[in-house]
Amino acid sequence: MLWETVRLAFRAIIRNKLRSFLTVLGVVIGVASVIAMVTVGQGSSAQVSANVASLGTNVLILRPGKQTMGPGPRDNATPFTLRDADALSTLSAAAAVAPTANTSATVVAGSANRATQVTGTTAGYLAATNWPLVTGRNFSEAEERAAAPVCIIAETVRKSLFGATDPVGQPMRVKSVSCTVIGLLAPKGTGSFGQDQDDLVLMPIRTVQKRLEGNDDVERITVALRKSVTAERGIRDIAALMRDRRRIGIGQEDDFSVTNMAEVASMLTSINSVLTGLLSSVAAVSLLVGGIGIMNIMLVSVTERTREIGIRLAVGATSAQVLTQFLVEAVVLSILGGTIGIALGLGLAFAAAQFMAIPFAPQAGVIALAFCFSAVIGVVFGFFPARRAARLDPIDALRHQ
Amino acid sequence: MTAPPLIDLSAVTRSYGKGEAEVRALDGVNLAIAKGEFVAIMGPSGSGKSTAMNIIGCLDRPSSGTYRFKGAELQALGNDQRALIRRNYLGFIFQGFNLLPRTTALENVELPLIYKGLPPEARLPLARAALEKVGLSGREAHDPAQLSGGQQQRVAIARALAGNPSVILADEPTGNLDSHRSHEIMQLLQTLNRDEGITIVMVTHEEDIAAYASRLIVFTDGRITRDETTGGRT
Ligand SMILES: Nc1ncnc2c1ncn2[C@@H]1O[C@H](COP(=O)(O)OP(=O)(O)O)[C@@H](O)[C@H]1O
Ligand SMILES: [Mg+2]
Repeated sequence: MLWETVRLAFRAIIRNKLRSFLTVLGVVIGVASVIAMVTVGQGSSAQVSANVASLGTNVLILRPGKQTMGPGPRDNATPFTLRDADALSTLSAAAAVAPTANTSATVVAGSANRATQVTGTTAGYLAATNWPLVTGRNFSEAEERAAAPVCIIAETVRKSLFGATDPVGQPMRVKSVSCTVIGLLAPKGTGSFGQDQDDLVLMPIRTVQKRLEGNDDVERITVALRKSVTAERGIRDIAALMRDRRRIGIGQEDDFSVTNMAEVASMLTSINSVLTGLLSSVAAVSLLVGGIGIMNIMLVSVTERTREIGIRLAVGATSAQVLTQFLVEAVVLSILGGTIGIALGLGLAFAAAQFMAIPFAPQAGVIALAFCFSAVIGVVFGFFPARRAARLDPIDALRHQ
Repeated sequence: MTAPPLIDLSAVTRSYGKGEAEVRALDGVNLAIAKGEFVAIMGPSGSGKSTAMNIIGCLDRPSSGTYRFKGAELQALGNDQRALIRRNYLGFIFQGFNLLPRTTALENVELPLIYKGLPPEARLPLARAALEKVGLSGREAHDPAQLSGGQQQRVAIARALAGNPSVILADEPTGNLDSHRSHEIMQLLQTLNRDEGITIVMVTHEEDIAAYASRLIVFTDGRITRDETTGGRT
């Protein structure tokens, strides 16, 4: 009998396609936006987690200049030197230390070229950033000391310069310096600020300083702490050492900053979850509005169909049957709207994931919840109009024009 | 000991409004209709014909007096029990046809059977048979909008017939039809009365329509002022 009523509801819905469409539009939009928001939010959370993993959990970054937020310009404090890095690596808290000097350069291999970032560093960089090689090898000590013309390239550079050929052992030019590719980094993907982390060439730091930049500057030093060491202790030890080395008097501010990547990571995670929560609640409100829309149109539809209800009562429908019919119609409609909304929302989320280069992360739980919720909307907002229909007096209803 | 009349109204009144504004639509009506009768009700507009039909049809209740159907007193019955009586014993035909729009003839006829709880395989043959009885085989899939007035009224008769009623109540069934169609409808009702033994109570304004019935009742100001047996036109 319920199945029969569901079939009747489908008939009634198909009989008036435009009205049905307008009725469910709100639910379609509401469910679609909830699904899209949550799915995109989950995708970007997954992305943030991946970034957090790639940042390394126990990593500190030293930069010259006072502490500022974000990547803005810094005051021109004295750059670090390689001796600073050597001194840091004697700290018992440090597991790996990697000084870096960055420049941008055009790199050329055969007829292909690419403008990319060149980072001069030491063999410790791969350990400090927890970044494995796919093939080839790390810099040797001899190469570092001799400022040898060797490079380790990342995935984007490999793709655009070498295509299908194995890059290891191939010659490559960085600005005017001819060098040899000795290793390939594992792909890392998009970074926290949307940058391509794989658009990178690593060279020994002295090679960059002497042959590309013509100075001895170290722009930042990455320190990976030992597992047993807390970030607070690491920061304290490093700051004490650097204040000493940079001869900062008591009462003077640091002229360098130490950033705890774990903090950056947790900040990114919380920004992301706040944004996702905010957008999802906006979407949830639109779902509620969609439910009220259903009620509104169902009420209009009860008035419009008064005569029909009268006919049904005259041929022997009980008021419970009329109530069930209208309620089932509302539920079928809102489930239909919910299903369309889920499909639409997943489509939008997929497109957004492509566009934002984040993982597409559909959540079975959220989809099931949206489905159930749309059914509940049908029951809740369909009940009032249905009860109104069921309470109609058959004679009045039949006389209604 | 004879069987009780099928329909038995005694001292039935029905008033609308209160106090000064009270209107007595029915004012002490006594009426007994036996199984198998074909009754025509006439009378001026506002004389209470439709009110009487609504009470007989279990769509309305008397303000006072008693209504017995098949010997059973109905006063105490609730709305749902009245719905069951309509479903099981009564069929309605209206002046304005009252078919569901955008719904095929067959689906319209199925309607009372759906509420009886018959599954499709049981109700489809009954609905088809009812349409055949009213001469509309082949029009099952037509919408009311695709049918003439006479055909729409036939669909309504088929719908009333589908539930296998004891009584068909027809309030001005030919009011919206031209004379030719009206006589066709009346011949159909007369056949149903004679061949199937269905009791028919019909309101009409036209003498020649009333002439199909075997009994004529005239209402004036909420009372029955004439009640006579007629031949029943052939
Ligand atoms: N729902 C109602 N409310 C108030 N008065 C009504 C109502 N229905 C009918 N009446 C009144 O009852 C009287 C009888 O009406 P009705 O039975 O429809 O007459 P008929 O069908 O003979 O033309 C009329 O005076 C009419 O105005
Ligand atoms: Mg009338």
